Amino acid sequence: MIAIIDYGVGNLFSLSSSLAALGIETVVTDDEKVIRGADKIILPGVGAFRDASEKLSEKGFDTLLKELAASGKPIMGICLGMQLLFDESYEFGRYKGLGLIRGSVKPIADVIGDGLKIPHIGWNLLEFPKNKEKSEIFKYINEGDCVYFVHSFYATDCDESVIATTSYGAPLTAAVASGNVYGCQFHPEKSGKVGLSIIKAFAEL
Amino acid sequence: MITKRIIPCLDVRDGRVVKGVNFLGLSDVSSPVELARFYSENGADELVFYDITASAEGRALFTDILCETARRVFIPLTVGGGINTINDFDRVLKCGADKVSVNSGAIKNPLLIKEGAEKYGSQCVVLSVDIKRVDGVFRVFAKGGRENTGIEAISWIKRGVELGAGEIVVNSIDTDGVKGGFDIEMLDAVCNAVSVPVIASGGAGSREDFLTLFNTLPRVDAGLAASVFHFGQIKIPELKKYLAENGVSMRL
Repeated sequence: MIAIIDYGVGNLFSLSSSLAALGIETVVTDDEKVIRGADKIILPGVGAFRDASEKLSEKGFDTLLKELAASGKPIMGICLGMQLLFDESYEFGRYKGLGLIRGSVKPIADVIGDGLKIPHIGWNLLEFPKNKEKSEIFKYINEGDCVYFVHSFYATDCDESVIATTSYGAPLTAAVASGNVYGCQFHPEKSGKVGLSIIKAFAEL
Repeated sequence: MITKRIIPCLDVRDGRVVKGVNFLGLSDVSSPVELARFYSENGADELVFYDITASAEGRALFTDILCETARRVFIPLTVGGGINTINDFDRVLKCGADKVSVNSGAIKNPLLIKEGAEKYGSQCVVLSVDIKRVDGVFRVFAKGGRENTGIEAISWIKRGVELGAGEIVVNSIDTDGVKGGFDIEMLDAVCNAVSVPVIASGGAGSREDFLTLFNTLPRVDAGLAASVFHFGQIKIPELKKYLAENGVSMRL
């Protein structure tokens, strides 16, 4: 069973529906016991880093996630949920993340150059790093497949964990993996068949 | 590079898709859920559901259908029609919509844009504007294009973006239904005025019209149409292949 952590950030209807459509047993929960009992965990999130980070801490999920990550349980962060996995974010200030993946989160405006719209919204192509094997979570998809992005910040200084990038004025981190901890900047639950295939591969880890 | 989006728009009244649909292989061609699934499996990059219901019962039915669609369709969904208060945002977002499109409701109360953006983020608020030339000036029309508000369109769009709209749908009443191509002049004026994504609507009659749109106005992010897709005059997979072959970045 996969637990989707409900910590009051964003709407989890599409995410839970996508897992249900794949026939994966899923629970949307804020119950620590249920989260502990799950085989895998998804950390969703939309909105602002600071607010989300505070809500995670209020419920004690920061400590819980660190403990479960260390125990080897597969965890996937999606969009802001991915950004929360990093050491820190520079979104309207400087805030500490969970520190499960080394690196920081910075504005895409720093790197994409003039003339491109922010946020980066829409379908963009995935590129896989040349020097690494394809990640397990991409076993059903190919380089060049498109996924749906909505974001204004991106993860950087995390070369060793990058498993996919996308090009938007500059290469932006699209997905990361560090041991049993995974993150997608894009929304697999809104990325059609390609996105569902990524969720399926995660569920099969 | 980010791809240009092709977006079919479904008008829904009392739980059914209006404007006849002519597809082979669909058991129920006026079922919004079936049609949405068909489009999501056939190249649509996003779907717009437009609620043209007048009654409260119809609205409740629309909301149910939206939920059912979001349970089965996993591409971005935008919902418009009848969005007058922040409660309407809540209602459709809870059902799995990703973006909310405001039109007449924002004309009546522009702060609706701000309220929506503050609560859900700018990426969630789409300002849809029906525009028609009146004595050479772009004017905003309300109530499905029936009523001239007298508001100048470009300044309204700029204000909408300042209030927090994250995307603009420009529907040219002048070219709508004519199938002679998108309103390049109008769209150019909007693209020059704002830096948020712009979606072109009204006038698509052939695949060449989409090519002209994206080639002439590289800043336009998406093309939206209804009947040319519903009647199969333009098939989205073929359209996207054609555009890609002609140098437009597409998700294939």
